[in-house]
Amino acid sequence: MFTDLEFKSIPPILALLMLKAGCPQPMLFDSYQPENFHDEMFQSRGCPRPHYQAVMDAINGLQGSEFQQRQTAVEAAFMRSGVTFTVYSDSQGTERIFPFDCVPRVIPALEWQRVERGLVQRLNALNLFLHDLYHDQRILKDRVIAPAYLLGAKHFRREFMHSSVPRDIYVHICGSDLIRDRSGNYLVLEDNLRCPSGASYMLENRSALKRSFPELFERAGVRPVDHYPSELLKVLQHCAPAQFRGDDAPQAVLLTPGVLNSAYFEHAFLARQMGIPIVEGRDLLVRDQKVYMRTTAGPLQVDVIYRRIDDDFLDPSVFRPDSMLGVPGLVQAVRAGHVTLANSIGTGVADDKVVYYFVPKIISYYLGEEPILPNVETFLASEPTDCSFILENLDKLVVKAANEAGGYGMLMGPWASRAEIEQFRRLIEANPRNYIAQHPVSLSRHPTWCGEQFEGRHIDLRPYILCGEKVTVTPGGLTRVALRKGSLVVNSSQGGGSKDTWVLQS
Amino acid sequence: MSPPPSSLPEETHCRPKSSVMLARVAGSLYWMSRYLERAENQARLIDVNLNLLLDFGHLSSSQLKDHWLPIVRSSGDEELFARLYQNADNRSVTEFMSLCRDNPNSLISCISAARENARQVRDQISSEMWEVLNEAHHFIQRSRPQDLWHQGASAFYERIKRYSHLFQGITVSTFSRNEGFEFIQFGKYLERADQITRLLDMKYHILLPTAAEVGGALDSAQWHAILRSASALEAYRRAYVSEVHYLKVIEFLLFDPHFPRGLRFCCQEMAHFIGLIEQHHCPPEGHSASRRFAGFCARLEREHVRAVVQRGLHEYLDEAQLEIAEAGNLLYQNYMYHPAVDLNAEIRFHQQQEQQQQSEPQQQSEPLQRQTADSTVTEATSKALDPDRNPR
Repeated sequence: MFTDLEFKSIPPILALLMLKAGCPQPMLFDSYQPENFHDEMFQSRGCPRPHYQAVMDAINGLQGSEFQQRQTAVEAAFMRSGVTFTVYSDSQGTERIFPFDCVPRVIPALEWQRVERGLVQRLNALNLFLHDLYHDQRILKDRVIAPAYLLGAKHFRREFMHSSVPRDIYVHICGSDLIRDRSGNYLVLEDNLRCPSGASYMLENRSALKRSFPELFERAGVRPVDHYPSELLKVLQHCAPAQFRGDDAPQAVLLTPGVLNSAYFEHAFLARQMGIPIVEGRDLLVRDQKVYMRTTAGPLQVDVIYRRIDDDFLDPSVFRPDSMLGVPGLVQAVRAGHVTLANSIGTGVADDKVVYYFVPKIISYYLGEEPILPNVETFLASEPTDCSFILENLDKLVVKAANEAGGYGMLMGPWASRAEIEQFRRLIEANPRNYIAQHPVSLSRHPTWCGEQFEGRHIDLRPYILCGEKVTVTPGGLTRVALRKGSLVVNSSQGGGSKDTWVLQS
Repeated sequence: MSPPPSSLPEETHCRPKSSVMLARVAGSLYWMSRYLERAENQARLIDVNLNLLLDFGHLSSSQLKDHWLPIVRSSGDEELFARLYQNADNRSVTEFMSLCRDNPNSLISCISAARENARQVRDQISSEMWEVLNEAHHFIQRSRPQDLWHQGASAFYERIKRYSHLFQGITVSTFSRNEGFEFIQFGKYLERADQITRLLDMKYHILLPTAAEVGGALDSAQWHAILRSASALEAYRRAYVSEVHYLKVIEFLLFDPHFPRGLRFCCQEMAHFIGLIEQHHCPPEGHSASRRFAGFCARLEREHVRAVVQRGLHEYLDEAQLEIAEAGNLLYQNYMYHPAVDLNAEIRFHQQQEQQQQSEPQQQSEPLQRQTADSTVTEATSKALDPDRNPR
């Protein structure tokens, strides 16, 4: 009964006949041009990197039409199972799938080890930094960072000074965005320390690719990712309040803004995988500085909240009073230590793009180590020398607002119009603290199916780092692809897609 | 300062946490199930009636109107229909009841409501259940009226019914037998019981058989259609091995204890699930749905069809609808519906608490202020936890 969603592939017998007839078979990657970029798959035209050989052989054996059929089948399966996000601009609330490209991105084991060490180092340092910032502020007293940068940051929560969080973990879930430059070096583009999203797509992409291209996996030796939800649950339970009273597992819930949120699919997915209830603000109630959920059997106390709502909307009695999504009294309950939030309140101060500039210094300060993963070279508009350099080179630089995410509030100098450049000049002059600038990095490219053939498209990588008993990184993450030709913007809200990401066993 | 301990009901300890569910979730499961069952019944009703008209060749427009209007009326949407369409004929009624987004009871509205409820509790139901509803939703969203006629209406309605059957089968074989299951089943049987009373009322209300008409070709075809609309023709034949007689049809659909789409059977099932649900909780004093509904079920067992028809079938069906609705309301109020928290009162309450905390040391000597705060506590708490229980 579901025939209209299924496909008839070329019957094997027919494919065999076509081969026997001796038609010259153009291989799918024959015409692929790596061009003058760091290409993940090819060293040079026709010459794949060794860790991609197996993938190339398997895909080269297919007809273009067959590849297209499987690609379409994956898209239909995503639609059917509701792996979709809601497009706000549309009055009907149309649902779209997050475009998926079937060629996996492959990372060899050694390369990954270094990335992993770098990410663990970074998150350890950031957690130490947040604890220090909300307590003794040694880093300010030692003049490593000028106090004005931090105390004036939009997401610094003065109310939480000297208030402790269980096991001193501020960031439980981190999604840092990595890119590779023209020489293939991994660089950190930004840290997401508030509510990083996308982990569900990492998991769905893997299972989709396993269904549609099982042969790719046969000899590849790909490290699995599907333990992510259970790892996440362990992290949540590990961070239960110190005064947790019960003998059995602490009650964790996932707090969502609701079905209208574009990431609702992910919220439901993760809650389901972890086996914890998904709740909205209206399902919770705070009494006696304790949080209860309203069940059919009456109120039941909640110990840990994996919240997917930003600080500003969490508690209308403290932050934005117009928030209908939050839970009045929640902040008090957190402060009283009756409930843990993951991530904690006030972590946004550390993924501010100005603070980003200082992360290498933060790593050296707290860990006494050199950063394993470098930042992209960054200029601060609030430093007079940097500022004049930025204003003189607006047409060559990428300018970013300190607190925007999702690819908004950005100027891509080399591609911008005169008017846009002038607009940013005024913005920067008016509020230098809010802007940084970077040289545009020519992101690495990856062969991506473009309807009829493979073309190079720019990609980045968002790995997921969890901090519980220790810091762990899920092998792989979400590789995002800028599907528009030449585009460097990989965000799903702006024409981005994604790929399955493989980390090899050896 | 803590609110009076009595203001918050004891935290629940009666059951393991794993089986506790949010009231909102129970409500969504219940509505998901009801809407899908409604869609199935509606699909069968339209399909059977389109089919029936084929037997009568060319009908005048007033004959068509006489045929279709009672059907539109049975779901209570006559006014809306009159506003949207000029004539009641095969196409207009079919379109109105199937693909009209403005009609809250059309198939497209029912299925998208079922799916929206499922989406709210996506974490609670199995992937297989969700995929059927999601697929049904995408199928009906892409269907256009002209396709419906081109590709055969029957195939379209068949597919809708299949989605519902598939969903029920998958539910039984993938959903754990917890409270959620009870709400799903309760919703299904309630909707089905309600639909059967509407189906009979529609026929009987409009075409009271006169002595001459009983047994005539039209009359007999119409009663056949009623049976088929309830998927009951084959079961009826096995039970009665005789011609289709209106009294027997009524008796079968209302009082047969074994037929799963009949009123008595559905009410027995409802009573069963009400019992299970109320077992988990202590229903508020005087609000026990099971006690009340058991009385109705007992009456169903004793009823005789002749007596019912003599007293007036329409009145009887009305009464049954009320009983069914009341059972649904009681359960909804007691377990599924938590009135929205008064957000502003909550905000004030917590802000006051915080201020109070900050000035705690000085407050020992100010009992007056403390009292004020306490009364606010009580007000906000009782508002939030002791609802004024209005249905949405």
